[in-house]
Amino acid sequence: MHPLLLWFHRTGSPPEFYRLSGLFLPWMYALAALSGLPALYLGLFRTPADYLQGDSFRIIYIHVPSAWMSMFIFAFMAFAGAMALIWHVKIAEVIARAAAPIGAMFTAVTLITGSLWGRPTWGTYWVWDARLTSELVLLFLYFGVIALQQAIEDPRKAARAAAILALVGLVNLPVIHYSVEWWNTLHQGQSIRLFASDKSTIDSSMLAPLILMAFATKFWFAASLLARARVLVLEQESGKDWVRQMIRNEQGLAS
Amino acid sequence: MSDAVIWPLLKRDALLLFRRRSETLAPLWFALIVATAFPLALGPEAAKLTRIAGGVAWVIFLLASLLSLDALFRSDVEDGSLDVMLASRRSLTLIVACKMLLNWLGTALPLLLLTPVIAYAYDLDQGALPVLLLSLLLGTPIICTFGALAAALTAHLRRGGVLLSLIVLPLTLPVLIFGAGAVEAVITGGSARQPLLFLAAGAVVTVAFGPWLVAETLKTG
Repeated sequence: MHPLLLWFHRTGSPPEFYRLSGLFLPWMYALAALSGLPALYLGLFRTPADYLQGDSFRIIYIHVPSAWMSMFIFAFMAFAGAMALIWHVKIAEVIARAAAPIGAMFTAVTLITGSLWGRPTWGTYWVWDARLTSELVLLFLYFGVIALQQAIEDPRKAARAAAILALVGLVNLPVIHYSVEWWNTLHQGQSIRLFASDKSTIDSSMLAPLILMAFATKFWFAASLLARARVLVLEQESGKDWVRQMIRNEQGLAS
Repeated sequence: MSDAVIWPLLKRDALLLFRRRSETLAPLWFALIVATAFPLALGPEAAKLTRIAGGVAWVIFLLASLLSLDALFRSDVEDGSLDVMLASRRSLTLIVACKMLLNWLGTALPLLLLTPVIAYAYDLDQGALPVLLLSLLLGTPIICTFGALAAALTAHLRRGGVLLSLIVLPLTLPVLIFGAGAVEAVITGGSARQPLLFLAAGAVVTVAFGPWLVAETLKTG
C-alpha cells in the first residue's frame, strides 16, 4: 500500500483520530484565543470610528467573519459527507455530523449581528435584501441536515443521508443565491450596498482586525469541531476494546 | 416498455392511485381550500387578487405536493417491495423514474388542470395564464424531484412529515421565485423569457439526474 494511503487509513481509524485530535485540540483553542482576543481588542478599542456609521460599524468584526464561516462550513460539511459516501470513512461521517451545528451557529450569529447593525444603519432589523434572504435559507438548509442526522437512529445511515442532502444543498446554494438576487431586483427591493464602494478603500487599520478575526474563527471552528467529533467517536465506539481500555486506564490512574 | 417488471409495477401504482381515491384527490381538495382561504384572509378586491394570483398558484402547488410525498416510498420500504426491487436485476433508477412519473401525474397534473379555474377566480390577466401554465409545467418536475429525494431520505423513518417540508422547501425556493416571477414579469409588462428558461434548464437537469440520485439514496438507507 502507498504510504500516503496507509497514513490516511490509519488517521481515519477512530482510536488514532482520538489520540491525534487530543494532541491538536489545546493548540487550536490557543491559536483561536491568540488571534481572536487581539482582533477584538483592535477592532473594538483601537480602530477609529467610521466617519459614516460611527461605532456601530464595529460589529463587522463579528459579522463578516461569521458570514464567511457560515458558507465555508457548509462546503466543508458537504465535502466530508462526500468522503463518507465514497470511501465510507467513519471519521468523515463523524466530522460532517460535528460540523453541522457549528455552521448553523455561525449562520445564526451572522443573521443576528446583521440585524443589530441594520437597526441604527438602515432603520430596521430586517429587510428582504438578497443577501439576508440567502443567509436565512442557508440556516434552513443547516436545520434540514441537522434534523435528518438526528431523526435516523443508525449513525452511519444518518451520516449517509445527511451527506446526500448536504451535497444537493451545496449544488443548490449558488442557484438559491442568484435566484434570490433576481427576485429582489424584480421586486424593487432596497439595495443598500454600503461596502460595495468601500471594499477597495477600507482603511488598513480597519482591515487588520478583520483578517485576524477570520483566522480566529477558523481556529475556533477547528477546535470546536475536534471537541465535538471526539465525543461522537466515543459515543459510537463505546462498545469497542480501545475505549474500554482507555476508561480502565483513566480509572486506574484516578484510584 | 413491455418490460416484465416495469410494466406490472407501473400498472400496480396506477391502480393504487385509482383505488385510493380519497388520497389521490387530497392535493386537489387542499388546493381548492387554500385558494379559497387567500381571498378570505386578504379581502375580495379584484386588483389585489390579480396581483397575487401567480404567487398563490405556486405556493398552493408547493404545499400540495408535500401531501403525497410521505407515501411515495414508505409502503415499499415497509412491506419489503423495495428489497424485492433491489434483488431483481432491474435498474432501480428506472423503477424509481416510473414511480416519480406517476407521482407527478397524480399530483401536478390535476393541479395544472385546476389552475385555469383558480386563475379565473382570481381574475388573472388573460395574457398571463399561458405563462403561469408553462411555468408550472416546467417547474413542477423540479419540485417533484426534490420531493422524491426527501421522501427517499426519510423512507426508513416511521414519520417523515415535518422533516419532509424542512428538506423540500429550502431546496425548491428558486423554483418558486422563477415560477411566480415569470407571471409577475408578464403582469408588469416585462418578458417572462429569462425565468422560464431557468425553469426549463432546472427541469432538464433534475429530470435527467433525479431518478438516479433518488435510487442511490434509497440504496444507502
